[in-house]
Amino acid sequence: MEMTGAQIMMAVLKEEGVDTVFGFPGGAVIDIYDELARTDIRHILVRHEQGAVHAADGYARASGKVGVCLVTSGPGATNTVTGIASAYADSIPVVILTGQVPTHLIGNDAFQEVDIVGITRPCTKHNYLVKSAADLGRTIKEAFYLARSGRPGPVLVDIPKNVASGRADYQPVGEIRMRSYNPTYQPHPKQLRSAVRHIEGARRPMIFAGGGVILSGGSEELTRLARRARIPVATSLMGLGAFPGDDPLFLGMLGMHGTYAANMSTGACDLLLGVGVRFDDRVTGKTDAFASQATIVHIDIDPTSIRKNIPVSVPVVGDCRISLQRLNEMIDDTRLGNTTAKRADWLTRIAGWKDSQPLSYQQDKAIKPQYVVNQVHALTRGEAIITTEVGQNQMWAAQYYRFNRPNHFITSGGLGTMGFGLPAAIGAQIACPDKIVVDIAGDGSIQMNIQEMATAVQYELPVKIVILNNGYLGMVRQWQELFYGKRYSATCMNCAPDFVKLAEAYGAVGLRATRPEEVVPVLNEGLAVRRPVIMDFVVEAEEGVYPMVPSGAPLTEMLLV
Amino acid sequence: MLQEKHVMTMLVDNEPGVVSRVAGLFSGKGFNIESICGSPTNDPQVSRITIATQANAPVVEQIEKQLRKLVNVIKLRSLNGPRCVRRELALACVRIKPAQRAEVLRIVELFNGKIADAGASHLIVEVSGEQEEVQTALNLLKPFGIKKLARTGPIGLIREPT
Repeated sequence: MEMTGAQIMMAVLKEEGVDTVFGFPGGAVIDIYDELARTDIRHILVRHEQGAVHAADGYARASGKVGVCLVTSGPGATNTVTGIASAYADSIPVVILTGQVPTHLIGNDAFQEVDIVGITRPCTKHNYLVKSAADLGRTIKEAFYLARSGRPGPVLVDIPKNVASGRADYQPVGEIRMRSYNPTYQPHPKQLRSAVRHIEGARRPMIFAGGGVILSGGSEELTRLARRARIPVATSLMGLGAFPGDDPLFLGMLGMHGTYAANMSTGACDLLLGVGVRFDDRVTGKTDAFASQATIVHIDIDPTSIRKNIPVSVPVVGDCRISLQRLNEMIDDTRLGNTTAKRADWLTRIAGWKDSQPLSYQQDKAIKPQYVVNQVHALTRGEAIITTEVGQNQMWAAQYYRFNRPNHFITSGGLGTMGFGLPAAIGAQIACPDKIVVDIAGDGSIQMNIQEMATAVQYELPVKIVILNNGYLGMVRQWQELFYGKRYSATCMNCAPDFVKLAEAYGAVGLRATRPEEVVPVLNEGLAVRRPVIMDFVVEAEEGVYPMVPSGAPLTEMLLV
Repeated sequence: MLQEKHVMTMLVDNEPGVVSRVAGLFSGKGFNIESICGSPTNDPQVSRITIATQANAPVVEQIEKQLRKLVNVIKLRSLNGPRCVRRELALACVRIKPAQRAEVLRIVELFNGKIADAGASHLIVEVSGEQEEVQTALNLLKPFGIKKLARTGPIGLIREPT
């Protein structure tokens, strides 16, 4: 059937089951917007294109579907770059549709022209410039397929104006097959057998689970394996929620701000089973000292993640869920033996670490940020979707909100993008309208995409923004305090807006607490109202995040409170 | 760890931007390209790119994995060891005085080279073969004065089973 490029796009979006597009219009995408308005696809008008990508990212993480955003050429496209790089670093499936100047103007430095395909090549899983309306259907279909398959990631499709308005015959594409792209889902049986032998034989095993477990839907299989073989589990920041935070086998987060128990276990274990992780520098500390007594088994769908940062004894390339499921099938209870007896010493040692150095803080006259997160956890019964900004707020959210389920912690882990939390909360709230969505923010990072308050108000999205307001760019300040002789260069934010008035100016609700006894009443009020709310908690200014492993030090050498 | 010369060859989609993806991967990840050579194969939709690099073994493993991960890379093989045929082509513009002409021609003959262009005070010499052979020829020509030099870097194929 002959259709315009824009109509073909809508047909593919419908085939892909897209119900929401986050975007911002402009000259190069006006034909696409004209067609979009004729469909039942919901368009969320953000206030900045970076917000569109973060919102699509938050939507993807909360829903498990591919997030979609649509922006115009030139500055519209360049504004998406931070969002795309964030999604790429965390392997989140997002399709970014950018407008481009008409094909005959490409390369002429036309108005609002940039080479967005060139700019985003290193921070997308793949990207395309579509030169003809006839290629549009298949290209967008491929973009969705690439975004969600294998190790997921953002895929950008650049669409010149005359391609969107041009006409072509369109037949639904059906299933996509690409000869140059075949992710390995099924793990190699020989590698699995080797992994099984190590699991059955280990005396002091631990599992280190990451975002790959969540992305593959492998949390249940992971929980089954850990409980059956009585293996304690630590997670990366991205893996929080992959294993129940309340389970006695849970060690907490690993790494720079990981728990004492998790980091000490890594130093002492004889088997480390890494699943869906990439052993980045914030997790390993000094790589030579990382898990130095352990055999490392590493399961990941992306072969480049394996042996990139640390040597691995048993590499397993495959989908995390499928691999864990196969391990559960293959492990032999007889060979595993009586795990209660077998693990007694190891689990006792771990219990000792947990008891001697639990996550803790001293409550005094000022509000402690950790206390606020604890209360958010208590009052939402641990069931909220938590997004974060980046820095201390992010680490306190990770440490003190005990996540029991996957897809409930949405944070910019890899890129560490300040300004992520609010637009991501908007996306998550759209994906899960019945959930409480809380953005745990700092007074610094919330200002990086504060304009999205207008989006939340316009679409009546009752997102809750909890600002842990310490008047500093707190994480950098903490480093300056510890490693730079307390020289607080450029980290004091001594001219912040009045966040309560700011909320009200946007048409949202603004609340503030300055004393510990006000925390619970403010949270109760803010969580109860079905409107966007900013809750400004004026917290202890120089509170630090602990434990802390100084950059480049071994994991077991932590600075404690 | 020991840095060794390593040659890899890959079949890629013959599309605009593919060389940029491959080269960008090297620069973005801090790998080094010693030479790169590409052109379409007998299948017009497929090109072959051959890259020589200097790296230690774990880095080579990582480079090859990263290249395989590129959506446009169809197949990648390592071009090292006796199972490979490797060749390089060099064009050298050599400055010569009339008295030196015969000696240069002898060197060219020795390496089964050709004269691609000749003038009163220069010769453009064409030499091909194993990279070491080409290098030796160039070393012998160097004393005459090499004015300009173009080298393809290695290209190659893996031998079929006999």
